[in-house]
Amino acid sequence: MRRGRRNGWVGLAYLSPALLFVLIFTVYPLARMAWMSLHNWSLLTPPRWVGFDNYTRAFDDRQFWVSFGFTLKYTLIITPILILGGYLLALLTAGNSPVRRLTRTVVFTPVVIGLGVSSLLWYWLFSTDFGFVNKVLLDLHVIGDPVVWLGVDADRSNWAIIASVVWKVIGFGMVLFVGAIQAIPTDVTEASLVDGASYRQRVTRIILPLTLRTVLLVTLLSVIGSLLAFDQFYIMTAGQPQNETATSVFFVYLNSFPYLKLGYGAALSLLLALTILAFTVVQLLLTRRSHT
Amino acid sequence: MSRARYLVGAVCLAICAVMISPLLASVLASVKPTAEAAASPPTYLPGSLSLDSYERLWEYQQGLPTYLFNSLGTAVLTILFTLLLTVPAAYGLARFPVPGKEFLFVVLLLALIVPYQALLTPMFLMFAKLGLTNSLTGLAIVHTAIQLPFSLYVLRNSFAAVPRELEEAAIVDGASSVQSLRRVFLPATVPATVTVALFAFIMSWNEFLGALVMMSKSSKFTLPVVLAAARTETSLGGTDWGMLQAGITISIIPCVGVYLLLQRYYVSGLMSGAVK
Repeated sequence: MRRGRRNGWVGLAYLSPALLFVLIFTVYPLARMAWMSLHNWSLLTPPRWVGFDNYTRAFDDRQFWVSFGFTLKYTLIITPILILGGYLLALLTAGNSPVRRLTRTVVFTPVVIGLGVSSLLWYWLFSTDFGFVNKVLLDLHVIGDPVVWLGVDADRSNWAIIASVVWKVIGFGMVLFVGAIQAIPTDVTEASLVDGASYRQRVTRIILPLTLRTVLLVTLLSVIGSLLAFDQFYIMTAGQPQNETATSVFFVYLNSFPYLKLGYGAALSLLLALTILAFTVVQLLLTRRSHT
Repeated sequence: MSRARYLVGAVCLAICAVMISPLLASVLASVKPTAEAAASPPTYLPGSLSLDSYERLWEYQQGLPTYLFNSLGTAVLTILFTLLLTVPAAYGLARFPVPGKEFLFVVLLLALIVPYQALLTPMFLMFAKLGLTNSLTGLAIVHTAIQLPFSLYVLRNSFAAVPRELEEAAIVDGASSVQSLRRVFLPATVPATVTVALFAFIMSWNEFLGALVMMSKSSKFTLPVVLAAARTETSLGGTDWGMLQAGITISIIPCVGVYLLLQRYYVSGLMSGAVK
């Protein structure tokens, strides 16, 4: 019926600039990275074929496991906090009263601030002698002496950074949860009210099951984002003490740029990309289902 | 019932206070006089107001105007590149029987699957050869590559939602594909275009790792990179906290400003594009 009306090749012409861009700036670098990962290369010396040596080297590298383990630990701690906290905030603010809307706007505001800039802000707030965190805790007599939050003890640094990132991104999950809660048909809610369901019953039997897909989606986004953490650690601890808080992306960065071990850095990048790929595929399957 | 309402209100306000206080602390610290801004332990409220910290930031190294220009220039180029690439692509995908469409869409969304953090090394090497390191255009290309899948996804959905009757009316009038794009589709997809431009701006203005890798000359640093460098500046006896707060305040204003102005577009983008 509509044959010949709009030509497919004309459409392809409209697509071609974007296609060309992706081929040059995403597909080619990806192929180049795979090639690099099979070579020993330091910019000063020409690349030399080494097969899978860079990969086996990673598995024997203590720092590789330290970085991976630390990133995993960070992810496993922060994700439940973000999901649970974001969901509680969403339950609290899902209504449309002015104070709830205001709270949603305020909680969401840090999401649009850059992670780099928010990390600088918290680098100051957590600084030992100049920061407000110690100042407030000292004035409230919670602590007797200033605490060194960042860069000396890996766990303490991790908790400080987690606090700062929770502040920055908790509004993201909240807004998506609010959207899911508001999308629940009103007759479902009304029917449960007629049946005399308590608030707790409504949350556990209706709201939670009907928003479960969004919860899973946000969980995956949070896991992916956390596995790729870099800015906050680069700025707040610089990987200290002894690179114990250098995350996986940080480790890739260190090898590729300051150390110029390009082949090794590429192998590490590829391992990282494969880890993320696994999570992204699950995420895409989840989103695709929502559109059908 | 009303007691519960007051309780909700009180909890909400307490949460607002906790969320706002770090920002407020930073803004207040930025207007403390030099000596007070460097005080240990810090004071809660400025004893007197002063723009000293902003003056020092204005003259810091290459000067604030240079860094603002770099950040803003990169962001504007990113918006431009993103729209120039994804508007036609979305039109093509949504409105034409392109051969192999499904496959091409997957290729275009590839950047969604591969984290850009992993691609920075090969990109850096390529850009070094092309003279695109230490260049706003080069950094804008990196940012466009990051932003392309999200933009394409949002725009394609918006183009697909334009009623067929509108397009058919234009075709009956003898409009070419470019004319229907201009007269029918661009006006009908303004909200999605605003959303895409808004996200591109905020991402580019804030992005850190790509800017850190691509820009090695301090005259080409973007705002977050120069501030991160300033945090460990020790030549003058420690970090200049007041100046750092002034820089943080200035970095935050455009993002929060456009977000508050265009909140509706932002949230709709978040909902439709939660893919990324």
